Parts: sequence; C-alpha cells; structure tokens
Amino acid sequence: MALYDLTAHELRQQLDSGELTSRELTEALLRRIEQLDGTLGAYITVAAEEALEQARAYDEARAKGEATHPLGGIPVALKDNLVTRGLRTTAASRMLENWVPPYDATVVERLRSVKAPVLGKTNMDEFAMGGSTETSAFKVARNPWDLERVPGGSSGGSAIAVAAGLAVWALGSDTGGSIRQPAAFCGVVGMKPTYGRVSRYGLIAFASSLDQIGPFTRDVTDCALALNLICGFDPRDSTSVNLEVPDFTKALRVEPKGLRIGVPVEYLNQPVDPDVRASVDRALKLLEENGAVIKEVSLPSLQYALHVYYLIASAEASSNLARFDGVRYGLRVPAADVPRMMEETRSKGFGPEVKRRIILGTYVLSAGHYDAYYKKASQVRTLMRRDFDQAFKEVDVLFAPTTSSTAFRLGEKTRDPLSMYMTDYFTIPVNLAGLPGLSLPCGVDKDGMPIGLQIIGPPFGEEQVLKAAYTYEQLAWPNGAGRQWRAGREVAVDVR
Amino acid sequence: MMETRDGRSVAAGAGELPRLTAADVAKVAAQARLRFTDEELEQLSGQLSDILRMAAELKAVDTEGVEPTAHGIPVYNVMRDDIPVPSMPQADVLSGAPEAKDGYFKVPRILEEA
Repeated sequence: MALYDLTAHELRQQLDSGELTSRELTEALLRRIEQLDGTLGAYITVAAEEALEQARAYDEARAKGEATHPLGGIPVALKDNLVTRGLRTTAASRMLENWVPPYDATVVERLRSVKAPVLGKTNMDEFAMGGSTETSAFKVARNPWDLERVPGGSSGGSAIAVAAGLAVWALGSDTGGSIRQPAAFCGVVGMKPTYGRVSRYGLIAFASSLDQIGPFTRDVTDCALALNLICGFDPRDSTSVNLEVPDFTKALRVEPKGLRIGVPVEYLNQPVDPDVRASVDRALKLLEENGAVIKEVSLPSLQYALHVYYLIASAEASSNLARFDGVRYGLRVPAADVPRMMEETRSKGFGPEVKRRIILGTYVLSAGHYDAYYKKASQVRTLMRRDFDQAFKEVDVLFAPTTSSTAFRLGEKTRDPLSMYMTDYFTIPVNLAGLPGLSLPCGVDKDGMPIGLQIIGPPFGEEQVLKAAYTYEQLAWPNGAGRQWRAGREVAVDVR
Repeated sequence: MMETRDGRSVAAGAGELPRLTAADVAKVAAQARLRFTDEELEQLSGQLSDILRMAAELKAVDTEGVEPTAHGIPVYNVMRDDIPVPSMPQADVLSGAPEAKDGYFKVPRILEEA
C-alpha cells in the first residue's frame, strides 16, 4: 500500500521504528498534491516550506526521544477558516484573499505543539456557507470518486484531501453538517464533537452557537486520536466547556451486545435514495445480528430543524460578518467616505450566498420580525433538545443516514438555495442540540458513490459514538479490509 | 399580525404568507451595508420569500411558555481570574490593516471640514 493510503496509526508504527521519517512522508504527500490537486481543487494554499520545516523539527525531536504524541510528525490539512499565524487564511472569500493572520487558532497551536506538519489550507464554501464547496471564491473542488460531482461542503477540500491521499487527516468545521456531509460524499470518517468540546478560538465565525471544529480521518481509530489532540477547555473560548477529556482511544472496543440503537421515525419517513436506505439498513442488521438492540424512537420536532436552522444560522451570520467593514483587516475598496467605503467593500468582498444569508439574517433580527422568526426558532430549538434528551433515556446512540442521497453533480443545486439547504436535513438537528455526531462509510450506491452512516450521541457522549462506530467498522470490514476511502482511485469494495 | 415600519402587514397569521418585495430587500441591504443591482434585488426577493414561507410553518408549533435556547450546551457567566497578561503587540494588530498611521487604523474622512 502506498504511503498516502495509510492511516495515522499505521504510519505511527513506521515513524516509531525509524523506517520512515516525517520528512519522507511529508515530501510524498506534497508530491501527490502537486500531481493531483490541479484536478481536485482540495487546497487553496499549499504550505510546502512550512510543512517540511515542521517535519524536520519532528524528526530531530524524535531522534532525541522527545516526540511522543501519536499524531506527531503526521501531515495534516486545515480548513481555510482556521487561522494560522503567518499563513494566509481566506475562508474562501475575496474579503480575506490576502489576509495573513497575526495569531494561531487553539487547535493550530495544539498541532504545532506535537510537531504535526500542516500541508496547507483547504478549499471550502465561502465563510462555510454552502453544502458543495461551490461557493468558494477561488476554485472548483471535485469529488475524487467522480470528478463531475461535488465533494460536499462546506469542508469539501478537507474531505477530498483525506479521501484522495493529499493529507493523512484534516480538520474542518461543522455548523449544519459541514464535516459529516462531505465525509459521507467522499467516503471518509468525519466527526463533529459536542458543542464546547473543542475551542473555537481562531475559527472564523459563521454561526457561533452552532459552529464546532472536528476531524476528517480514514478510520475510526484515527478519529479518536484526533479528538484526543483537539478536545479540551480553553479560557479564550467562553463557550468551551471545562470538563475532563477522556482518552478516546479507550472507546475503541467491539461491543455490539446490548448496544441500544435508536432510529428516529421522522427520518424513516423522509424521502431517501433507496441505495442509501438499504446501506443504512444493512448496517443496522449487521449490528442486530451481533446482539445490538434496535428501537424506533420519535423526535417530532425534527421536522422543523431546517426552518429553525436557517433562521438562527443566518441571524448569527449577519451579526458575525458585520466585522468585515474594510477598517481593520481584509479587503478595502476605497471610497470618499466611510459608509460608502464599507458598502463598496462588502458588496465586492462577499459572494452571492454570503450576501443572501446576511440579508435574511438582518431581516429576521430587525424590529418587528424578531419574535416571529428568531425567538420562535430559538423556542423550537428548546423542544428539539428536549426530544433528544428524551430519546437518549431509552437508547445509547441514534443511527441515521448522513445524507438523503450520495454526492450530486456540480452545478445541480446552485440555482435553488432551498434544494441546497435540504441536503443538510439529516445533519442539522445535531448542531441545533449541540450533540456529537459522526459519519462513516457504510457502502456505495449503484454508481459506486460512497454512502455515509451517521451516529449521534448525547452531549459529551463522544465515547458512546466512537464505540458504536468502531464496532460497526470492525464488524463490517475486519482488519481494515475494503476501506472505502481507498477508492476514488480504485474500485470501491462494497460492504457486502 | 406584524407590520413593517411603513405599516404594511407581513408575515402573519393564518392564511397570509410572508413575502419580501425588491424594495424590502433594498431596505435591509442598506442596513447591512450591501448594494445590489435591480435584477439581484428581484432574484433575492423571490428566494428570500421562499425561505420565509418555509420558516412561517413554525407558527404551527406550540411554544407557549417554552424558554428559547441560545445554544445547545448551556454555559452561563463564565468567569476567570483577573490576571494581567500581555496583549497582542500593536504591530501585529495593525499588520492586516488596509491603512494604518501612527499606531491607528486609518479610514476615509468621517467629519466634514468646518
């Protein structure tokens, strides 16, 4: 198997034994980026020099016995809304096209502290608003399994990088499904931790009550390793929760017996592609045959998730994006006075989807509309949390498709915002309730496109989610056989 | 029943569906410091009306006495020890400024000359 095909925990053995250096690994991935990224469009900025420098620092530290972290020396990609000191950070917007941040996000500090080379900053929907990476101001991103299809979004570039071997793992952000949906579309593992688990300091804000940083990996084991590195309290994020972080690798146990899996009936009643439904059903059946207990649960408020999400997310976005005014950083379009300068700057700097959400958000927050839209949505959000609380009294985890269909074609949904928003139907409730959610591959459809299985846990129930995911992964593909992320270049091996 | 500032009823109760005209969008755009062509305003009014019509379905949900949720995991009044730490160096703060002078962000003239 080629270096770029291996997981972090497989590479770890080679790095520890000395048969591989971080420099060799980093060079191999940079070569692959050079070969393929012109086609795939995963990266907005490649940081070859910085990555090689970090790899050299790792190799030196390892030689002295000082580098011990499981993800040390392993090259990683960062979504381009995570700020990196001295490395351009654009959020895929003209507004920040030339911005070089003066500080590091907390998660970036943690990567640096273990000497993980950062290969570059990945393509995304502008300010993370979108479900296909098509709103990126800079380049088209393509699904490595079928170049005419989208990789999903908004963290599309991170998903491509991990799926196609342009990084060993990656970080993204998930506001309404922006990690889980592209993970499903590209056949990799993606996880949104509980709100407050990972510091948002240095994440360019889209909707602050929903945003959460999380990893893309090639298997569940790497996902646990990544969580160990990025989770934890940070006084610089006042919504970061001061709670002890367990060793998530301890949750990597195959224990189907007695696992209580809930299936929301509201999801069963949704129109879902038959191949997607069949794959998720097969996953459930496999676990049931091995002793899990499957139970239908009802969360009536789920039917309003999309309504609530687009009001709340747009309202918060309009407020967060008010900071881009041409004064302190980012684009400025010169004009005779300040109001005109701001209007010119914002009109030129933001793309159409971002503007649409700013307008919607400004409208629903304005006097006379606040109660009918924003307050009402926030109340329904409470009902949704209660529904989840109720469900988790009866079950350990919830299973659902990550998306109702596999990756759609480039351009297919760009004209109709509502149809694009609908692609987040299954992922949004998790953000609204602040829950941990993970997507992992569970098969392919008739066209060979990957299908994602979503596993949802109660607040701070990452261990339950990881255990269920690992159990399924190991039962479905013993010894890593047929890992789906290897396709895109090879024929996908169906779960069956 | 709700009213816009010019007194026209929108959003509202049974039967009435919210609709945003191009003029409504233009007003909101001015508040958000954004400018659009007439064609864009028309397109946005259609798209936003669709979204608001969907949002209006929330009226059917009984939320009497339900507290709003600000975010999924409640965290309140976070306090920290009051320990002075160095701020980001001024040069770093100004490093991304489109225009800076004498340690300040510089903007076009705000006040007319007397």
